Amino acid sequence: MIEVKNLVKSFKDGERETRVLKGINFSAKAGEFIAIMGRSGAGKSTLLYQMSLLDEPTSGEILINGKEAHLMSEHEKMLFRLSEFGYVFQDYALLPELTALENVALPLIMQGASRPAAEEKATAALTRVGLASRLGNLPSQLSGGEQQRVSISRAIAHEPDVLFADEPTANLDLESSATVMDIFKELHAAGQTIIMVTHEEEFARFAERVVKLDDGNIISDQPR
Amino acid sequence: MFSLLNIRVGFYLALRQLRRASLWTTGLIVFVMLLTFLNLVVVTGILVGLIEGINESYRTQYTGDVIISALSTKDYIEDTPSVLAFVKTLPQVSMLTERYQAGGTAEANYWNRTSNEKPNATGVQVIGINPVEEDAFTKLGSHIIEGSYLAEGDYDQILVGKYLLAKYAFGEQPGLTPLRDVSPGSKIRLTINGAVREVIVKGVVGSKIDLLAASVFLPAAELRTIMGRSDQNVKQIGIRLTPGSDPIAFKNLLLASGIGEKAKVQTFEDSIPNGVADIKNTFAMLGNGFSSIGLVVAAITIFIVIFINAITRRKFIGILKGIGISGRAIEISYIFQSLFYAIIGSAIGLVVLYGVLVPAVAAHPIDFPFSDGILVAPLFGTSVRILLLVLTTVIAGYLPARMIVRRNTLDSILGRN
Repeated sequence: MIEVKNLVKSFKDGERETRVLKGINFSAKAGEFIAIMGRSGAGKSTLLYQMSLLDEPTSGEILINGKEAHLMSEHEKMLFRLSEFGYVFQDYALLPELTALENVALPLIMQGASRPAAEEKATAALTRVGLASRLGNLPSQLSGGEQQRVSISRAIAHEPDVLFADEPTANLDLESSATVMDIFKELHAAGQTIIMVTHEEEFARFAERVVKLDDGNIISDQPR
Repeated sequence: MFSLLNIRVGFYLALRQLRRASLWTTGLIVFVMLLTFLNLVVVTGILVGLIEGINESYRTQYTGDVIISALSTKDYIEDTPSVLAFVKTLPQVSMLTERYQAGGTAEANYWNRTSNEKPNATGVQVIGINPVEEDAFTKLGSHIIEGSYLAEGDYDQILVGKYLLAKYAFGEQPGLTPLRDVSPGSKIRLTINGAVREVIVKGVVGSKIDLLAASVFLPAAELRTIMGRSDQNVKQIGIRLTPGSDPIAFKNLLLASGIGEKAKVQTFEDSIPNGVADIKNTFAMLGNGFSSIGLVVAAITIFIVIFINAITRRKFIGILKGIGISGRAIEISYIFQSLFYAIIGSAIGLVVLYGVLVPAVAAHPIDFPFSDGILVAPLFGTSVRILLLVLTTVIAGYLPARMIVRRNTLDSILGRN
């Protein structure tokens, strides 16, 4: 499904060049739940951003379902992110002036769905994560755990091929974190491909495969 | 691409941003747009209205809608009775006034002047009027600032324009020697065509029309006697038309009847000196210049407002792009927001303009020293200005949104520079 070959990502700061990813080779199959782990600065989030087409690698190849994603135009990448991927960010990344329902419905509308159809799907997605009673609430009226569940609903409402999650529990208390991970577990059980970055071992346990990074290199890639 | 889908999503986003924005912030931006709109329309409107006020005063206080006057080669309108008889038969005529006119000299304080003292005298234009007819036509009586208006049957009594009196004349003016120490009740020696008549000042005319403020008025019958005229030929006939009648069409009708061979026929606009039209155009240009500055200020205001809005929402713009919302849809959402500010500001401006300002200024003209200024705001001109304001606002809203939207998606999400 996703294949990464010799992926290099460098950042330039004046004359100094920092290599964050140093020739990564990695692949993810459909239906897998992969946890990418590593200490701070290991390059795990950077790898996620490259694979999810939020950033451009310095060199290397990214193949998604056989398509050379690294050669796509910005517009093609945008369409890919809209229809094939779902994102869960560490800080929920909800739009503050949109209600929970509107936040979830927006990408569906962008895909061309009518407003009622989009809202119907969004309601179903929010119900799936236990937020049926919070549809009309703004993010500011929701707890951190609830906001993250809205974020997950937004990511899955359009039934993406891959769900990318960047430290989805980092800002949550233990109880909310457990709820989020339970949702991921259910999604995975239903066949959803999930690639999650985390630095917490206890949540990595939910994944079926753990990839560990250190200093821009994969140091282990094992089924759990 | 301004595709329908992008427009739909842009509208969806804009509507929600506006609905949930701070009421104070929205109110303040709309208020700025309202002020900009008023600046665009009212500044030019008042500058043009200042001159239009002169035109209107000229029409209401002097010429009427159409004026028939003596040819430049004649002292009077030939065969005035037949001209009047014809004009009175026309259904468009609602009212008219006849005036005699003669040049002369007015001298005050002549009885106590020593032989080597310079006379307290000035050259004047004397206008002979029927006081009742003239007051009905021009409301001359309402422009008396001292003393009182002429009554029917008054004899040896005159009205003096304020510019002929030293106490009302402003500054030294070459060639003008206004009369000193003259008030209602003062005796004046009037000399016309060599005939001398001692008259009493009954009132002072304070009109802002120079022609009236620099003239002497006395009953027509008395002026005819002084001038030694036995005919009924007058110098001017002012005509007021019924509402809705077209002065140009009426003028053409008179010319077609042959009156043009005996007299000069002009609409009130024709009779206004050319300089006034030039000043009007100059003021309109000045007004447009000031308005352009206002427009630039509005554009900068909207640019700053949208730029600050977009830059503080940069992270969310990044998220929107990250989850696949097109940059164009985000830009369009800002265009819709700018449109909202411009349209609401202009709509309130229209209500304020046509509901309050125009009627208020029409009822209480602005008291300029040389005119009663009105507010000229023709609907077409206002529409053009609204269009200009909306266009400027849309561009000023689009540019900063585009600047922010074009930034790297991930940098925006992570807040990196």
